[in-house]
Amino acid sequence: MRLVVPLQGVVQGRGGLIFGSLIPCALFYFLQLYLKRHRSPNSRSNPPSPSASAQNLAELTRTSSRSNLLSRGSIVPVLISSLATSISKPNDSPYYIGLDKASEDPYDRIDNPDGVIQLGLSENRLCFDLIEKWMLENLKDSMRGREEGDLSISGIASYQPLDGTMELKMAMAGFMSRVMGGAVSFEPSQMVLTAGATPAIETLCFCLADHGNAFLVPTPYYPGFDRDMKWRTGVELIPVHCRNTDNFMLSISALNQAFNQTRKRGTKIRGILLSNPANPVGNLLSREMLCDLLYFAREKNIHIISDEIFAGSIYENEEFVSIADVVDSEDFDKSRVHIVYGLSKDLSLPGFRVGMIYSFNENVLAAARKLTRFSSISAPTQRLLVSILSDARFIEEYMATNKKRIRNMHDLFVAGLEGLGIRCADSSAGLYCWADMSKLILTYGEKGELELWEKLLHVAKINITPGSACHCIEPGWFRCCFTTLDKEDIPVVMERIRKLADTRAASRG
Amino acid sequence: MTQALYSRTRSPETEKEKGGGGAAMRVIVPLQGVVQGRGGLVLGSVIPCALFYVLQFYLKRHRKDTDEQNNSDSSSQNPTPRSSSYGNLSELPGLTRNWSRGLSSPRNLRGPVSVSGRVSGIVKGADSPYYVGLRRAKEDPYDELSNPNGIIQLGLAENKLSLDLVEHWLADNAEQAILRNGKELSISRIATYQPFDGLMEFKVAVAGFMSQVMEKAVSFNPSQVVLTAGATPAIEILSFCLADAGNAFLVPTPYYPGYDRDIKWRTGVEIIHVPCRSADNFNLSITALDRAFDQAKKRGLKVRGIMLSNPSNPVGNLISRETLYILLDFAREKNIHIVSNELLAGSTHGNEEFVSMAELLDPDDFDRKRVHIVYGLSKDLSIPGFRVGVIYSHNEEVLAAAKKLARFSSVSAPTQCLLTSMLTDAKFVQTLITINRERLQSMYAQFVAGLKKLGIKCIKSSGGFYCWADMSGLIRSYSEKGELELWDKLLNIAKVNVTPGSACHCIEPGWFRFCFTTLTEKDIPIVMDRIQRVSETCKLNR
Repeated sequence: MRLVVPLQGVVQGRGGLIFGSLIPCALFYFLQLYLKRHRSPNSRSNPPSPSASAQNLAELTRTSSRSNLLSRGSIVPVLISSLATSISKPNDSPYYIGLDKASEDPYDRIDNPDGVIQLGLSENRLCFDLIEKWMLENLKDSMRGREEGDLSISGIASYQPLDGTMELKMAMAGFMSRVMGGAVSFEPSQMVLTAGATPAIETLCFCLADHGNAFLVPTPYYPGFDRDMKWRTGVELIPVHCRNTDNFMLSISALNQAFNQTRKRGTKIRGILLSNPANPVGNLLSREMLCDLLYFAREKNIHIISDEIFAGSIYENEEFVSIADVVDSEDFDKSRVHIVYGLSKDLSLPGFRVGMIYSFNENVLAAARKLTRFSSISAPTQRLLVSILSDARFIEEYMATNKKRIRNMHDLFVAGLEGLGIRCADSSAGLYCWADMSKLILTYGEKGELELWEKLLHVAKINITPGSACHCIEPGWFRCCFTTLDKEDIPVVMERIRKLADTRAASRG
Repeated sequence: MTQALYSRTRSPETEKEKGGGGAAMRVIVPLQGVVQGRGGLVLGSVIPCALFYVLQFYLKRHRKDTDEQNNSDSSSQNPTPRSSSYGNLSELPGLTRNWSRGLSSPRNLRGPVSVSGRVSGIVKGADSPYYVGLRRAKEDPYDELSNPNGIIQLGLAENKLSLDLVEHWLADNAEQAILRNGKELSISRIATYQPFDGLMEFKVAVAGFMSQVMEKAVSFNPSQVVLTAGATPAIEILSFCLADAGNAFLVPTPYYPGYDRDIKWRTGVEIIHVPCRSADNFNLSITALDRAFDQAKKRGLKVRGIMLSNPSNPVGNLISRETLYILLDFAREKNIHIVSNELLAGSTHGNEEFVSMAELLDPDDFDRKRVHIVYGLSKDLSIPGFRVGVIYSHNEEVLAAAKKLARFSSVSAPTQCLLTSMLTDAKFVQTLITINRERLQSMYAQFVAGLKKLGIKCIKSSGGFYCWADMSGLIRSYSEKGELELWDKLLNIAKVNVTPGSACHCIEPGWFRFCFTTLTEKDIPIVMDRIQRVSETCKLNR
């Protein structure tokens, strides 16, 4: 009884059992009565006796509102969903604020030398000349389709398979094997194509987890995951912290700890979301680590999503190992492994919006195929890409040149930062470096980091991504994307940072 | 009953326990017999009281297992069957958690890893005849020469009548449109990240095209446009923006079968049918709307809006200006949204005037905030493969949210460039709209005449790619079963894929949607011939 009755005092007190039971009983009646009352006006629109007045009421308001339209409408604004309410607010993450600021006032050497230099967007502009050349030579033929001389544009105007045409899937399979060094072969029938990697990740999230479930995500992670994985799916992301002392490598013990803590909270974990190569750090997961992760996933019976969108943007000589390769080579349960890929980074075509889910799980594939109705790729774009990707000579040349140019830019940029006393984490891939600017921050904490970020954005006019936007546990780290720059811009960037650093040193000293 | 109503004015609580209690009791207490029987008031109060305790006890026990954070789930539970299964789903983790903690490895080895509960329905759920028919027709498509015994596709709302014009334009202009903006080569314009909700130039072009299609009666503001990869995601995004999971939309039936996926699948929103009948020519009646609204409310569902199709799909009729005003009043009175799907606005073929919802809105009318228009280029420009949809709204919050959600469904930049050029070619667009209307009208007339000869009547339609035909004379039993039987015969014997009314949730059996715009004129006699064969066997059986 002590546990049960809300009116404990009454029960244990003088009233005794009968009194204590009568009171809650009465309360219960009143509750029912109250509910009944509240429901009556609209529920009893048909039976005549009591509802006559209610019906009149309904009739009245309608007719009256028809005559004085404005007065009533203006009182109550129409509600929107709670999702829309929360996301329609202005951005609060520095990642998005910085992107907006840089696109409003973009730096240009000649036209706008005082503009903001964009180092926050992971976009690769180093090889546009190659793509442009290809387009000039081949666009016309590729749009016309394969039939010699004959126009076949009806092939692109009409409804296409929503999950991508078979031709593009085959071309993508070839490209991915090429990108991953020929170590793995990809099966076109296990692919689902989407309008960008963003919807690919969201679709997978819908397929693998229910509202209120969670994914483990090693930090620092790409700030966009907070939107892609959480917004519409209602899924939670549980950070698994990686630290500078391990060069931001994931450890199974951290994973285990996060898993257990989350379970203790009662949240069900449905999977791990990996980025390999990691964004923002740029390091790779080793084959052993991938095996350990697969064992972990098997033990806990959870999924693994491996985001390998930077697989082809490797500039060091370290070998990239796809999880598809590991799954193939050993006897793992493939049905829990899902790969996300896209052409935005490795072919530098983010504007084309091409992403991919590659899965070994038939159910996930079936569901994802149906969900692509909400996010399919435009047919002309698919046709264009089939031509680009099947041009083996072009792809070969592009990959080699791209790798060389990224490495070159990386070396220059990292050397520039080192000249300012800023160290970068070891990295082998990606379009960015992960820089330790903790020496420049005034207070060691997220606040100090954001203060520096703001100074960089507004005073030095450089947009970079602060570690806190990536949920990095250690303050003072920043992601700098260098592939949107020209070589000539690097000294400008360094000069701007140096100036800011000098004023800081002066004010400290 | 009346006493109960009056007792509202008499507040003393003792009244209710004694005098009013009898009347109220009759309505309220489940154990009516006990109360009114020998037990009287005391026994009648002790028993429910005991039940109340037991209930509390039960709840208490259960809460111990499933931790506090499940509170949010249980509070959102609705009495409807659908959402209660949702509730079960969210409670399941609690159970599995307790087991798996103790004996995790043996359990894991047994079952393969599962997909989420919300998509397992999508994977397993049987497809409606609409999708089954589409798939069958795709696997074995009719071709005059290479596959004369294949299935003729009359189930897909796709317009191939004016494709020659579009093809011609593309052949002449595609390269120029994608690569060169003016004379300058601009690869960075198509390769780099673009605004997810569409390039401004393209929005301007689309807004211009929309008012051209609606015969300049309305002008659309490009800044109120959000572009998506097709009208399908446009509808889903609006659904996400206007309603929470468990809320509902009123949708007049018969409706486009895809809504069951677009509005419901990922959003968890429900659809309340508002039946329209043949007696009203399938026009929406406000009484039906009112009734559906009240019934939904009685079920405890919160109605957040009405989803209209104008011109309607599958019937093809238009909503009159007067009805639109009444709908606006209704929405105002109930304080709900109106989503008007005007995807077929440019594909009208009768003499009737098409009125856009946008036309009714006063520039300073506060009510504009509740009106949202869905449009797309799939139908009116005959390019569904390009995947271009439009959300047009006056509600700033909805626009802001939709712009952010467009990250999941944006239009490819080369396509945007291509279409910007196409739509700004005013002469081409005008020719296309005019010729397309002429061709539609002529095909419609021929097709309806063909059906009439077979004794099949169609509802008079003024827009769209289809006619809505009454084949109830051919079905063996006047029910959904009889209708599906006929559909099956048409598909497998006559080899014609049409959409049965039940797939569109039509309340009257025997209606079918025939899309005639994928045909050429010389296919019509073949279709009629095939239908006739089935109709004769049906008549014989009767």
